[in-house]
Amino acid sequence: MAYYSAFKLFLEGLRDHSGWHATWKDASPKSQYDIVIVGGGGHGLATAYYLAAEHGMSNIAVLEAGWIGGGNTGRNTTVIRSNYFFPESTAFYDYSLRLYEGLSKDLNYNIMFSKRGMWVLAHDRHGMEMLRRSANAMRLNGADAEVHSGAEVRRLIPFLNESPRFPILGGLRQRRGGTARHDAVAWAYARAASKLGVDIIQNCAVTGFDIVGGRVIGLQTTKGAIQSSKVGLAVAGHSSHLANMAGFRLPIKSYALQAFVSEPVKPVLDTVILSPATGVYLSQSDKGELVIGSGLDLYGSYAQRGNLPTMEATASGIIEMFPSFSRLRFLRQWAGIVDIVHDSSPIVGSSPIDGLFLNCGWGTGGFKAIPAGGVCFAHTIAHNKPHPLIAPFGLDRFVNGAMIDEASASGIAH
Amino acid sequence: MLNIECPWCGPCPEAEFRCGGESHVVRPGPHDSVSDEEWANYLYFRDNSMGIEHERWCHTRGCKQWFNIARCTVTHKIMSTYPMGEPKPLFEGLD
Repeated sequence: MAYYSAFKLFLEGLRDHSGWHATWKDASPKSQYDIVIVGGGGHGLATAYYLAAEHGMSNIAVLEAGWIGGGNTGRNTTVIRSNYFFPESTAFYDYSLRLYEGLSKDLNYNIMFSKRGMWVLAHDRHGMEMLRRSANAMRLNGADAEVHSGAEVRRLIPFLNESPRFPILGGLRQRRGGTARHDAVAWAYARAASKLGVDIIQNCAVTGFDIVGGRVIGLQTTKGAIQSSKVGLAVAGHSSHLANMAGFRLPIKSYALQAFVSEPVKPVLDTVILSPATGVYLSQSDKGELVIGSGLDLYGSYAQRGNLPTMEATASGIIEMFPSFSRLRFLRQWAGIVDIVHDSSPIVGSSPIDGLFLNCGWGTGGFKAIPAGGVCFAHTIAHNKPHPLIAPFGLDRFVNGAMIDEASASGIAH
Repeated sequence: MLNIECPWCGPCPEAEFRCGGESHVVRPGPHDSVSDEEWANYLYFRDNSMGIEHERWCHTRGCKQWFNIARCTVTHKIMSTYPMGEPKPLFEGLD
């Protein structure tokens, strides 16, 4: 596998780019693995990589029903941030942000992490109070946060509506936040994991689990039976579907979350901006497209497509924030199936079945959690007990009541 | 967009309705003899299945009445709508 560098690029330029090869091996399944990770998205691939790199495991497979990074990893709006409220959340998500900061170098793959900053706006007095509370909590918990006045927001973000329906009284800025190339994150982990001997198997859907005496011993797939005493599920919106196959239920509801890109235009927006009043957030990609997201389609769905009322609400929200964008057209629209949990915090750890581990419940924000999710899930599987950073996020919190209610505390809109 | 048949108002566009989640969830009791596991199961744990789901919906921008919908979560096809309190309709070969 080639080492990527400016010199390598220069060299290949001289020899007509004949030296580039497939960056990871598209494997066929063996009949037995020590660990099988179900789900070839960011979390699954990162977990496999860290199992191999940090825990010395070698006989690992990643099973993907479609193609790697084709689920929510390739369907999100690529925002990376750590603006949460509770210490447990900030400790975890800020660790993830720190891993993202070094990820291109660690994996020798340019994930195009652009620390363009993230803004959350406030539109009324109560919103300003919540913003200050949020900024104070973030700082106390070790993340960066600044509160700016409405005038300052307008100075830094041009083209905002001059006479909006929802006035802009201020904004919370997290400078270290930003965006990254989502596909590159999946491909970087796939390349690094493949190099360490992980089998990445695509078009291989799990159809059942072999469970004996409450313990997983293998799985049935569309490419045959595979024996494995440890199985990790990292399948986002399809977690309940696989849990039902294994005979238990999860506190999850699957919804479609839409995203949109406009036609590409010249640079107009150099940051990420979220407006709670309109429920819309957007940034501009390196290609010039505006990348737009908003709320869930509010009924259960596995359809990976969105409905029109949400699309219309999103468009009107964008125009309310930036009237000049009304002339742009949507270029593409799509939806991912997200795993929504009541307290909007993830579920990582053991399941009711021995040897079957859960990595789910990321809801609408799993992309930013990929590196830390991978590190913590790999640790959990390797040691049969949760990584300290992820220990508060176990399935048992729904029984003992120790929720980490970010749904209320950090005002997650959905 | 879904075209939803309200039992009282007839077919109306999706935007007039609000989904209230899974229906037929039975509250355990008596309350002082229910375990933590049973409460968690009642409050948080759901089938969330790929296929037919039975849901409560409210015609919030119409008659404001609650009713049930049996709907496929993969195709979004509405199999039937039926009043609150009625048992789950069964769909041969699908459930």
